[in-house]
Amino acid sequence: MVPLSWYLIFAAALFSIGLFGVLSRRNAVAILLGIELMLNSVNINLAAFWRYGDVTQIAGQVFAIIVFAVAAAEVSVGLALVISVYRSRNTVVADEINLMKW
Amino acid sequence: MTGEQIIFILVALFTLGSGFMVVTTRNLVHAALWLVSTLFCVRVTIALMSAYLLAAVQVVVYIGAIAILFIFAVMLTRKDLRDQGPQHNPGWWTGALIAVLVFAGLFALLQGWNGLLEKKGPTALPAGFDQISALGNALVSPDAYVLPFEVASVLLVAALVGAVYVAFNRK
Repeated sequence: MVPLSWYLIFAAALFSIGLFGVLSRRNAVAILLGIELMLNSVNINLAAFWRYGDVTQIAGQVFAIIVFAVAAAEVSVGLALVISVYRSRNTVVADEINLMKW
Repeated sequence: MTGEQIIFILVALFTLGSGFMVVTTRNLVHAALWLVSTLFCVRVTIALMSAYLLAAVQVVVYIGAIAILFIFAVMLTRKDLRDQGPQHNPGWWTGALIAVLVFAGLFALLQGWNGLLEKKGPTALPAGFDQISALGNALVSPDAYVLPFEVASVLLVAALVGAVYVAFNRK
């Protein structure tokens, strides 16, 4: 039997790794990869709280499904933006995309 | 230490290792493939908690769609990112510091929560409880989560139209 705390600490570690990727990567696609890691750690937490709480209350799984939908929407729009920017400016490096920087 | 704990520890270490490779490796195609490995390990973790539908959806949506989309995007934007120049910001250590601080903060927050310390195992699944039909009923029942479900479907349609519009080549 695995205690709940192991799942929570594991998810926190995965979230921090994703956060590091988001903050430190230069490539816009790699930043989105980091965001995917963070969303996955949230899903682990939701499933763990469902499993260790009242299993007949299905809310944890419902919210995990919503997170799946949000992740799919986020990544499709994000990658479309990256491809569009690459087409017009020929770069995907985040600090060179400074057209709107004031 | 039971077999389940050993499996959990192995899977967790492999997940964190491949997650670390996702954020540090230079070649982005390799990063996307490491992401597939991480997603699969997360899927194993979810299956360990016997959330079987989520485990199946994880494979179909994340590995089947999102990871493939990432590989496509890497290949469509490949030319200059192949590996010249640094892959990390000059101030990457600030990001590392913030990530470590966030982990320490979450850890401290969890330590201060009483529910963490009680050593009870997962709740026993009641006999005859069908979690998949319960989930399906909850998603379409007006007493439960039909509104978030509909909002999610509207969001998906908007994202679909938006993605096509943004990436459309007008030439």
